Amino acid sequence: MANAHQNPAEPHPSLDRVDGRLKVTGAATYSAEYPFENLAHAVLITSTIAKGRIRTIDAKAAETAPGVLAVLSHMNSPGVPAYGSVKLPAERAPVGTAFRVFYDEFIYFSGQPVAMVVANTPEQARHAASLVHVDYESEKHQTDFEANLSKAAVATSVQRNKTSPFQDYDRGNPDAIYTAEVKIEATYTIPTQHHQPLEPHAIIAVWEADDKLTVYDKNQGVKSAQGNLAQAFKLPRENVKVNSKFIGGAFGSGIRVWPHTVAAVLAAQKVNRPVKLVLGRELMFTSVGYRPFTVQKIAIGATKDGQFTAITHEGTGQTSTYEEHLERTILATRAMYVCPNVSTRYRLLNLDVNTPTWMRGPGDATGMFALESALDELAFALSIDPLELRLRNHADSDPERHLPWSAKSLKDCYRIGAEQFGWKNRILEPQTMKADGMLVGYGMASSLYGFHRHPSKAKAVLLADGSVVVQSATMDIGPGTGTAMTQIAATMLGVNPKKIRFDLGDSGLPDAPGQNGSSTIPSVGSAVHAVCKALKIKLLTLAVAIPGSGFADVRPEDVTVKNGRLFPSADSSPGIAYTDILKHHKLTQVEVTEESKPGAERDQYSMYSFGCHFVEVHVSPVTGEVRVKRVVTCADVGKIINYKTARSQSIGGVVGGIGMALMEESAMDHRYGRYVTTDFASYHIPVHADIPQIDVFFVDQPDPYVNPIGSKGLGEIAIVGVAAAVANAVFHATGKRIRQLPITPDKLL
Amino acid sequence: MKDKNEIDATGPRRDGDHHQEDRRLFLKQSLAMTGLTLTPFSFFNAEPDSYSVLAGNADRVDLSLTINGVKRRLSVDPRTTLLDLVREQLGLTGTKKGCDLGQCGACTVHVDGQRVLSCLSFAVMQQGRKITTIEGLSNGASLHPMQEAFIKHDGFQCGYCTPGQLMSAVSCIREGHANSEAEIREYMSGNLCRCGAYPNIVKAILAVKTSGQSV
Repeated sequence: MANAHQNPAEPHPSLDRVDGRLKVTGAATYSAEYPFENLAHAVLITSTIAKGRIRTIDAKAAETAPGVLAVLSHMNSPGVPAYGSVKLPAERAPVGTAFRVFYDEFIYFSGQPVAMVVANTPEQARHAASLVHVDYESEKHQTDFEANLSKAAVATSVQRNKTSPFQDYDRGNPDAIYTAEVKIEATYTIPTQHHQPLEPHAIIAVWEADDKLTVYDKNQGVKSAQGNLAQAFKLPRENVKVNSKFIGGAFGSGIRVWPHTVAAVLAAQKVNRPVKLVLGRELMFTSVGYRPFTVQKIAIGATKDGQFTAITHEGTGQTSTYEEHLERTILATRAMYVCPNVSTRYRLLNLDVNTPTWMRGPGDATGMFALESALDELAFALSIDPLELRLRNHADSDPERHLPWSAKSLKDCYRIGAEQFGWKNRILEPQTMKADGMLVGYGMASSLYGFHRHPSKAKAVLLADGSVVVQSATMDIGPGTGTAMTQIAATMLGVNPKKIRFDLGDSGLPDAPGQNGSSTIPSVGSAVHAVCKALKIKLLTLAVAIPGSGFADVRPEDVTVKNGRLFPSADSSPGIAYTDILKHHKLTQVEVTEESKPGAERDQYSMYSFGCHFVEVHVSPVTGEVRVKRVVTCADVGKIINYKTARSQSIGGVVGGIGMALMEESAMDHRYGRYVTTDFASYHIPVHADIPQIDVFFVDQPDPYVNPIGSKGLGEIAIVGVAAAVANAVFHATGKRIRQLPITPDKLL
Repeated sequence: MKDKNEIDATGPRRDGDHHQEDRRLFLKQSLAMTGLTLTPFSFFNAEPDSYSVLAGNADRVDLSLTINGVKRRLSVDPRTTLLDLVREQLGLTGTKKGCDLGQCGACTVHVDGQRVLSCLSFAVMQQGRKITTIEGLSNGASLHPMQEAFIKHDGFQCGYCTPGQLMSAVSCIREGHANSEAEIREYMSGNLCRCGAYPNIVKAILAVKTSGQSV
C-alpha cells in the first residue's frame, strides 16, 4: 500500500525555492529587464483584417515623428535569410509553412504583424505606431469553427505518415457500440483558450557583430530557440546566444520561436542597436498560440453492470491555413480504460486564424474533459457511482500497446482522494445535496499524462571551498527547476544545498530539452543525478590516490557522502572532506559533464503518470453562479523531489483547470475574424476570490523503470481532468450537463 | 466571478471606507491629466504646429518625488506612466508590467502608503509623493515579514506577479482587510496569478497577520 503525504507532513523537508529571495525582492531579471545603453523600443502594428493582402503602408508621418528610428515592414525588411526571396507572382503560403514575418503582402489572420516602429523611447514608439496607416485589400475569411466543421479533414501531414498516431484507429470491433446494452453519446466543445502568462512575451535583441546575435527572450527552451534563430538567420549555432533565466509563466506559449521574436531581431539589425519588444496584452491573443477550439463526439457502450464494451471518440481541432497543429485529443481514450472495441478519429479544420500551440496538458486536458464527462454521463445512466465505474474498467496493463505499465498506482490515488475528500458522503442522485440555499455537487475525474524523457546533459563543478556549481541549459517557467535540481545534487553529493548553485536558462550551458511535456524532472533530473554520481566516482579516484586515506579497494557503490565528505562505507569511519581531496591534489576544481538518456525500457513498458481530482461546487439556483468550494487532487508521478514546489505545481494545475471549466473563452467576432476578448476584463482567469484551499496528495513511490531517479513530470497531469471533475460536480449539483466550456451562469439558467 | 475592472481598485486608495471619495479623486486626477495633454502648446514652451507633433515631441516635464526613501529630481515625458518611469527610466524592474490596463495588479506600488496601480498613473501626477516599490519594501538586507512568508508558504511560482502581490498583501493588512481567508481573497482579487499560487499567498498573508508583526 502506498503512503500518502500532505504538506506539511512531508517525508523529507522541502528546500525553499533557491531563487525565492530574488523573486520576492524584485531582483529576478526577466527578459525585458536587461539594461542596455542605447536601447531602442519597438511597437508592433498588426493586421486588422483576417484575410487578404496589404495594398500600401503609409509610414511617412511615423518616420518623421520625433525619436523614430525605423518603421519596418515587408517593404523594407532586411529579410530573414532562411525565408529566401519572394517568388513572383507572389502566392499564399501552402499548408506546412511556418509564418514568415515581414515577408510579403499576404494576410493570414487578424493580429498578424504587418509593421513595427522602432524609436528611442517607448512613448515615442507607441505614438508613432498610431501614425502608421495600412491599407488592405480584404478577402472573405472563415474563422467560425462550428460553421465550417463540415470542411474538417485528416491533416495532410497525417495522410503522408502511415505510422502517425493520428491515423484512424480501430481496435476490436468498434461497431459493438450499436449493440451495447447501455449507451451514451454526446458532443463536447472546448472554445479557444489562451495561456496568458502574467509576463507578456518580450525580447531584447542585440547584434553583437554582423554574425553574432544575442537575445534575452521569453521562451521555454534556450537550445531550441538558439537552433531556430541560427537557422533563420543562417548563423553558426554558437554565434547565437539565448538568455532566458527568469520566465514569468508560459504554460506552452514559449515552446516555439514566434514571429515577434524574429521581428525584433530584424529591427535590431535595421537600426543597429539593441531593440526591446514587449507584447501588449492584446497581442498575447494573436502572437503566441492558444489551446485550439475543439469539438469531440464520444460514445461509450457498456453492459448493465458497467463494463465497457465499446468506445468511439472523434475529435476535430482548429488550426491555421498555413500550419497543421496536431495534439493528443483522442489518444488518452485508447489507453485510459480497458475496453475491447475502440475507435478514434482525428480531424483538423483550417481557418483564417493564427496557428494554435500546446497549452498545459495539450490534447489530454481537452480529450479527458470529454472522456471523463462521458464516463460521468454513463455512470448516471447506469446508476453506478462514478468512481466505482472507473474502478470496474481500470486498465491493469496498457490496452493499446499491450505492454505492462512501468508503474501505476491509480487505484491508490482513487482511494486516497476519495478518503480525503469524503466521497462516501456523496448522494448518488443529482440535485439532492444542498447547503445554505446553494445546490451542492461532488464530482471527480481521472487524469493521465504520457511520460516524456529526452537526452540531457549536466555539468558539475566542485570548487576548492567545497561549493558546487551544477549547470544545464534547462528552463524554469515557474515550477522551481533550480530548486529541484539543487535538491537532487545535494542528496547525491551530501553537500548542503546552500553551497550548491544551479545554473539554467542560458544556451551556452550543456544541452537540455526545453521545458515542456512534463519532461524536465525526468530528463534533466536524471542528468543531474548522473553527473553528481560521476563527480562522486571522480572524487573516489582522487581519494584512492591519497596515501593512507583508507579508500584503497573501495568500490564506488559502497562510497557514502555526508556533509561534504566522502566515506569508504556507511559505517562511522572519519572519511575525507572534498576540500581536502582537492587540496591534496593541488586542484582548484574538479569538473565532470554527463549525459543521461532513455533506453530500451520505452519498448518494454508503457509509461504514464496517473491521478484524479475530487471537486465540490456550490451552485446558486437563482443566478447560476458556480463556486468551487473544495478540491482534493492526488497524483502518482513517481518519486517526489520537492514536496513544497510539487504541491504548488499541482495547485496551479487545478487553478488552471478551474479557469478552463468555468471562465476561459477567447471569443471572436466572426464578421471581422477578430477576437473581442483582448484583455483580462474580457478573458477571465481565476482570481483569488475564485479559488479555495486545495488539498494535494502524492503516492510518492519511485517508478522503477522510467529513469534512475524514479520521477515522472507533474506539470500537465495537474490540469488534465480538472475541467471534467468540475463539470461533473456541476451536473451532480444541478442535474444539468454542460458539454460546452466554459460553464458560465447563462448555461445553467 | 469578480469584476476585475473595478475602478475603485485603480485609484489611489486610502482605506476601504472611502471608495467613493477615492473614485472622485482618481477621476479628478485623470481629468487633470487629460487637460494637461490637451493644454495649448505654450504650456510646454514648445513650438509645435499640430497636436500630433506635440504628442510626438512632448516636452519633458520636471518632476520631483521620493522613491524608496530617495529624493529624485527627474525630467519626464508627460506621457510616461509611473510604471514605465520606474522600469524604463529608473531601472527599478521589480515592479512588473502584466497588462498595462489596470487589470492584473502586477504593477502595484505604494504611493504615500496606499496601493496604486502604477500602469494607470502618469508619472507627472506623482509630484512630491512618496513612492515605494518592491525594491524598497524590505529594510536593507533583512526581508520584510511578508517576503519571508511568501518564501515559507511558497506564495509564487514564476515570480512575475509576486512583487505586485506582495505590495498588495502588505496593504491588505494595513487596510485592516486580512481578518479571514475569505476577506483576504476578496481584497487581493485585483492581483492575478496565472501560476495559481493563490492558496499559498492567502496562507502567507494570514500567517503574517496572525503573527502580529508590524508591516
